[in-house]
Amino acid sequence: MTVELLWWEGCPSHPEALAELERVLCEEGVDAEVSCVEIEDDEQARRERFPGSPTIRIDGEDIVSPAAGDPFSLTCRVYRTRDGRFSPLPDPEDLREAIRSRAA
Amino acid sequence: MSLGIGEPAPDFTLPDTAGEEHSLAGPAVVVFTCNHCPYALAWHDRIASAARDYPDVRFYAVNPNDAERYPRDSLEAMRQRVENEDWPMPYLRDESQEVARAFGANTTPDVFVLDADGRLRYRGAPDADHRDSSLKASWLREALDSVLAGEEVARPETDPIGCSVKWRR
Repeated sequence: MTVELLWWEGCPSHPEALAELERVLCEEGVDAEVSCVEIEDDEQARRERFPGSPTIRIDGEDIVSPAAGDPFSLTCRVYRTRDGRFSPLPDPEDLREAIRSRAA
Repeated sequence: MSLGIGEPAPDFTLPDTAGEEHSLAGPAVVVFTCNHCPYALAWHDRIASAARDYPDVRFYAVNPNDAERYPRDSLEAMRQRVENEDWPMPYLRDESQEVARAFGANTTPDVFVLDADGRLRYRGAPDADHRDSSLKASWLREALDSVLAGEEVARPETDPIGCSVKWRR
């Protein structure tokens, strides 16, 4: 399993995203190293199809599908938690579900 | 340079989403905010509730972001948001970014509480945790209670947490 965390320094959420990602991987017994990729400019954002920071991809697939039409750019990503709140991070259960489905 | 505690805030007049101009008058809360930032969105309802609970205080939500690079912060996107939501405060466009620069705003959100003389009495985050709506913008409310009672603000500064202000290049 390949696990990537794409991040941009303009958003303060990436350390928390990495900690959360590593916690859930550990809890699920998945021995995968997280590859952290810093996105530094708009050109790289377009090339990497980066919808915002943080973006977590497992085996190349975003754990939460970005909204259609959202531009690829240096921005903070808006997630929704399962109870409907806005959040700078994906819901931990969405993360867990994505990891389980790949690990199965 | 950021505005320091006790210093007079810079005057401003900015248009809202309907084109009506609003000028700063204290006591006031100036919140630099935007549409595209998850932190600003997470805290928005708590700040709006405080605006409803303090009718004697003027609240100004100011969006300073570069809308060319961040189209979700365009005037039209701001207008749509105000039309679709219940806003108890004007949502102002700081097109030149001069107001954000004069205040020294760093993030969205970034909260500034001004007393009746327009002096800065609190600057920082609305409360301690964007994830916990039960906090109800407690740091902002504590500051307002002190300002309205004519007392010193016990916690005049906290670290603003959020997305960086998107300056023009």
